[in-house]
Amino acid sequence: MAEGHPHFDAKTGRTTTGHEWDGIQELNTPLPRWWLWTFYACIIWAFGYWVLYPAWPLVTGSTQGLFGWHARNAVTQDVADLKSLRAPSTAKLETASLEDIEKSPELLTIARAQATALFANNCAPCHGAGGGGAKGYPNLNADRWLWGGTLKEIQTTITHGARWDADKDTHSSLMPSFGKDGILKQPEIVATANYVRSLSGLPTEAGADLALGKKTFADNCAACHGDDGKGNKEMGAPNLTTKVWLYGPELSDIVNRITVGGGGQMPAWGLKLNGEEIKALTVFVHSLGGGQ
Amino acid sequence: MSQIDIGAPSGVGETVEGPLYETARKVYPRAISGFYRQVKWAALLVGLSIYYLLPFVRWDRGPDEPTQAVLVDLEHRRFYFFWIELWPQEVYYFTGLLIIAALSLFLMNALAGRVWCGYLCPQTVWTDLFFSVERWIEGDRRERLRKDAGPHGSNWWSQKIAKHAIWLAIAWWTGGAWVLYFADAPHLVWSLLTLQAPLVAYGAIGTLTFTTYFFAGFMREQVCLYMCPWPRIQASLTDEYALNVSYHYDRGEPRVSLKKAKAVQAQGGKAGDCIDCNYCVEVCPTGVDIRQGASLGCIQCGLCIDACDSVMERIGRPTRLIAYNTDLNIRRHHQGLPPVYKLIRPRTLLYSAIIALVGAVMLYTLTSRSLTTLAVIHDRNPLYVRTSDGSIRNGYELRIANKAPRARRFWLELTGLEAKVEVVGAGASKVASFEVGPDQTREVRVLVTTSEAPADPATSVNFAIVGSDDRVAAEAKDFFRASAQ
Repeated sequence: MAEGHPHFDAKTGRTTTGHEWDGIQELNTPLPRWWLWTFYACIIWAFGYWVLYPAWPLVTGSTQGLFGWHARNAVTQDVADLKSLRAPSTAKLETASLEDIEKSPELLTIARAQATALFANNCAPCHGAGGGGAKGYPNLNADRWLWGGTLKEIQTTITHGARWDADKDTHSSLMPSFGKDGILKQPEIVATANYVRSLSGLPTEAGADLALGKKTFADNCAACHGDDGKGNKEMGAPNLTTKVWLYGPELSDIVNRITVGGGGQMPAWGLKLNGEEIKALTVFVHSLGGGQ
Repeated sequence: MSQIDIGAPSGVGETVEGPLYETARKVYPRAISGFYRQVKWAALLVGLSIYYLLPFVRWDRGPDEPTQAVLVDLEHRRFYFFWIELWPQEVYYFTGLLIIAALSLFLMNALAGRVWCGYLCPQTVWTDLFFSVERWIEGDRRERLRKDAGPHGSNWWSQKIAKHAIWLAIAWWTGGAWVLYFADAPHLVWSLLTLQAPLVAYGAIGTLTFTTYFFAGFMREQVCLYMCPWPRIQASLTDEYALNVSYHYDRGEPRVSLKKAKAVQAQGGKAGDCIDCNYCVEVCPTGVDIRQGASLGCIQCGLCIDACDSVMERIGRPTRLIAYNTDLNIRRHHQGLPPVYKLIRPRTLLYSAIIALVGAVMLYTLTSRSLTTLAVIHDRNPLYVRTSDGSIRNGYELRIANKAPRARRFWLELTGLEAKVEVVGAGASKVASFEVGPDQTREVRVLVTTSEAPADPATSVNFAIVGSDDRVAAEAKDFFRASAQ
């Protein structure tokens, strides 16, 4: 690195790499040696990594590493840690009654916070992110309930579901297929549909035979929906006199319901969630606004 | 000298001779006293005093509130700085601070070069502290060079052990002070002493002890030369008007020793003021020769100015052969022109203006912020609900932050719509009210119901929360929707 070196740059007093492009030479600026040792240390570190952690891909999997570390286990551990962190709160939910949870600002906050995640994971696919529902999927914010809207009734419905065969306590009643099975003829169905619309004050078709509708209703529908059409939550038969329509208020919607019948299905969440989670969900659904 | 061969292209097929890596040359800086040394001592003393003592400063915020003036409370997600308390959602204040910090660096650089590197950077300050310990135990440059050259007797070993022990003690104290900013300092000191502190505290102290010891004791100027991005950035930010520690080559060259100077002058030759005593190089903490011009390695601490001045005074020549000056002025002096100083330039004005603007905005938002905030989030699904009697109901999530150090009760008022307002969990009382704990946030669900759908599909409504003093503590606007469109 001195004068006399074949590639010496007088201006800087340094040697050059000897490479020259268009008269410009590159100064030889060596890296510090500690940098080299850091690089070697990183390589050794990498070897340690290969041995201790999952590293090399194999045909059907990968090397497992001596620590037995796995991303799935790490997640499981994180979830377990979170559960133990929340244990004091969830213990309170377990012992408190549904009414007490809703009355206590502290417990209500805990329940709603927990249920927000549970609802998004389990209920939102059918009932919508905020429980707004859709055609055939009840709006949980409204105050009309197929199977009852008290805390206890909501808890029962969530636990056992509706028409869910795996749970023998599930809500199981079903509306007959009046049209498809030939129980009623088309004019009777249309007349009944018009009559049903009149129950909640909706306009009926010009020339509709409301008398026939009323008679057909009394003979076929009143058993479940009641003489006055106000429904029966024991049978999951909706109140037909309100402004809330699960399948729509149009004449065609109602005709279709009478023709096809049946009813929606809901899983029995008691088979998947624990009692405290169902309690949280119950309070959450009840507090959306329509709880009774 | 390499031969200049214009015809044949060189470089092709040639290999680099010599090592690809160079061993770091150990720097043995010599002691010096003078103005810039005093400035460095003052900066070190003030900086380290603040760093080590600040966690112990107390500040009264009322009962059940932390009494530490500067505290980063990670567990409760609060940052306390004397009278200021910041919540996580106010983290943008740090963005402002970072903008001001970066622009202050730029401004310092535009005015007087690497002021940060030379006097204020922790790497400089701690390395300087470690140098002074080294000098105190092993002696000045010449002694240390002689001792390290060998032979290494028991004296050499005992001095090395003493030096490293003190270094480690300083490094440990550095890490120890750091963790005090994250918990109540007196309590933490006690729990650290009784081995009751959380493991993360010992871990943090251990890590910072190692980094301080390693970077200030061993890596030193290597950090500035190879790790720090700032020298590269500042090199592209400087201009010919920026004051930098500069060697006045116009005055100093050609270098002639004191003895030969007279003989050279007698023969009519020019003898520069630099007598090539090498003192400026010997005092340099990064081992740079300032006479070669500004470089990445020069942190511009000014110690070479002190060194050169002391020599110039002794030999009776004018001082400030090395001094803070601009590239332009050295060039102008060479041409016999008077110096020009331009502290006010477009870039210094711009930096100052942005610093002032960001500072003013931060100050304004900080002083005008409320102790209470209200955020209203309208339900997205469903946007509105038609209940069985035909009423229209909208659901809202209200988030109320009470930044006061006491629990407060608020009454909810809705204006802009004739409607029934309910707070879920508070009962359907006519007066919807709720309590929010001290220094806490609370979320409440609010249901607003009208018996008939308003004509406007999205009626503008105003939520206000009123405190017990009958004053509106916070307000938020939203809409009451009666249509999905």
